[in-house]
Amino acid sequence: MAGDIATEGRATILGAIRRGLKRGPLPEDQAHMLRERLVEHPRHLIPARSRIPHPAQVTLFLANVEKEFGTSALVPDAAAVPAAVADYLAAQNLPTAFAMAPHPELEAMPWAERPMLRPRVGRAEATDLVSVQQAFAAVAETGTLMLPSAPERPTTLNLLPDTAIVVLRADAVVGAYEEAWDRLRAATGGSMPRNVMLVTGPSRSADIEQTLELGAHGPRRLHVVLVET
Amino acid sequence: MLATSPEFKQNAREALEDAGLQKALSFSRPQFMGRRARAVAALPEFEALRDIGRDIKNHTLANLDFYLETWADNVARAGGVVHWCPTADDAREAVLRICQKAGARTVPKGKSMISEELGINDHLEKHGIAPIETDLGEYIIQLRNEHPSHIIAPAFHLNREDWEAQFRKSHTDLPPDRVFHERRDILTEARTRLRQKFLAADVGITGANFLIAETGSSVIVTNEGNGDLTQTLPRVHIALASIEKVVPTLEDATSLLRLLARSATGQDFSVYTTFSTGGRRPADLDGPEEYHVVVVDNGRSAMLGTEFQGMLRCIRCAACMNHCPVYGAVGGHAYGWVYPGPMGAVLTPSLIGIDQAGHLPNASTFCGKCESVCPVKIPLPSLMRHWREREFERHLTPAAVRSNLRLWAFVARRPALYRLATRAAAATLGWLGRKRGRFAWMPLAGGWTRGRDLPAPEGDTFFARYAKAQRAGRR
Ligand code: SF4
Repeated sequence: MAGDIATEGRATILGAIRRGLKRGPLPEDQAHMLRERLVEHPRHLIPARSRIPHPAQVTLFLANVEKEFGTSALVPDAAAVPAAVADYLAAQNLPTAFAMAPHPELEAMPWAERPMLRPRVGRAEATDLVSVQQAFAAVAETGTLMLPSAPERPTTLNLLPDTAIVVLRADAVVGAYEEAWDRLRAATGGSMPRNVMLVTGPSRSADIEQTLELGAHGPRRLHVVLVET
Repeated sequence: MLATSPEFKQNAREALEDAGLQKALSFSRPQFMGRRARAVAALPEFEALRDIGRDIKNHTLANLDFYLETWADNVARAGGVVHWCPTADDAREAVLRICQKAGARTVPKGKSMISEELGINDHLEKHGIAPIETDLGEYIIQLRNEHPSHIIAPAFHLNREDWEAQFRKSHTDLPPDRVFHERRDILTEARTRLRQKFLAADVGITGANFLIAETGSSVIVTNEGNGDLTQTLPRVHIALASIEKVVPTLEDATSLLRLLARSATGQDFSVYTTFSTGGRRPADLDGPEEYHVVVVDNGRSAMLGTEFQGMLRCIRCAACMNHCPVYGAVGGHAYGWVYPGPMGAVLTPSLIGIDQAGHLPNASTFCGKCESVCPVKIPLPSLMRHWREREFERHLTPAAVRSNLRLWAFVARRPALYRLATRAAAATLGWLGRKRGRFAWMPLAGGWTRGRDLPAPEGDTFFARYAKAQRAGRR
């Protein structure tokens, strides 16, 4: 029964659209052209600001993170990440327990060298105050992190804790969103992950008198640890 | 939502006398305009992007059936369910069915104008389900039992005192010594309350800024993160979207996103731009198990093929109302339905009928500012003019206006008489207004002058000045 209702609704809406457009279903040659357009997904204008060499894109990315009220730290290699996380938490007077993404890159880091740190690998729970996430890519154009959901990259880590720390490899920084989409298509064989978050700075609201306050429902602090190699 | 648009004139009069509203408007409006101007100035390609945005939307609308079908097929392929709803009734029923099936008792919601349009909250409440608005602005509006006065800043009309007063009234367990000196205190109170709701909910409802045909995704854009919690924590996610939200590809959505935040809040990009595609995958540790999209027509298809088709390009950025002198004078509630400002003046008559919303297309000074800031270049003033013409043809204009216009037409068709009459009027007005240069009140035009001043003419008619200038030029 529900199936009939659903089919009926679909036919009604499509019929009304075609009546408005004063035609029947698209002729096959036109539909074919539109399918081609979907496969080719042509890019439109990409702003010049990100059309710069890679090191300059990394610099632009970090500058934009700061502009959007995020912070960052640079480390030379993956082995230096735990120390950078420990330093940040200490400087902010934050607890040393955190939820960490079960991502192989993160799990391979020498967390045990910092016995003060207490990572718990998994998704975030309501009680977690700090999270450590892995970024798939980052967009220099606006200082935006791309965080696609995957078993090794749970979405709750981006949302529930008060402080979100994101580990990002410098070679994952691209200039424009379009370049990040193409990397994602290549990595997933073209099928979209359940959830792709583009995150630009910490959570905020301007609903009270149009004045900006950080930390609305999501993290109040967003800290990027950039791994240079 | 019951429209009070037929009472626009009365609503506007009350709004002009509402001191709290006037305070909020005068405080908030310049900020919106300034932020947008700065963001636009920082992107040299902005104008070129507006053309691209318009073209993407036009291309999609011309092939809307194809892209909607492609999108729906891809939603199904990703394990999601599409509910096709021709009318608001169908959509309310579809949402209710999903909630009931999930055994939902409280349902957190992300900000969604289509939800306001459909009256989802009332319908759920009628059936014993409690919808909880989680966007900070929507939350206070819900506590106050009001409707949003702005499409991206629902609590645009409120001041800080209003927030504190409402929290003390609604959160009855608040200790009396709890302070709300800072905006931060208000934010923390709302955040703490709502966190509990997110964690306990079975179903979350969001809107959608875009649907993507290529991938079968729905996209939401927020700054608070409430929409993401709404669609991540509960077991079932329902996205509500109207049919014109679809765009072909991720690249098309990306180009429109470059326009959206800059036009709306003056940010380069909103904090959270999130693409949802289907439900939780086998090894995922979080995310909803079920993903539903309720896709609604509710009058949009009837705009296709008419002069109002271009209105369906709207990406709901609110730039037009932020820059509109009429919105700036009366705020959003006066418009009497879901969509205020210039976009509402065009859209509302299409969706609820010109007989209900006939006043709205007149709520314009035709200054053209809305069109000049619209990121998808919708010719809002000429669309409002179309409605005025239609309204006139349908004889819905009050008899007094029509008879005056007929008199004007009689005089205007007789050049000598027209010149004589306008010369006399200009000279009289110029003499009367020679001191202040403006009239704050005018006999027979009290309605016009209540919200604005009429500049006094300088004593000559246009024709007389033109002739004088021509003579001067020839000399
Ligand atoms: S009409 Fe244009 S300016 Fe107004 S909300 Fe829609 S897109 Fe924005």
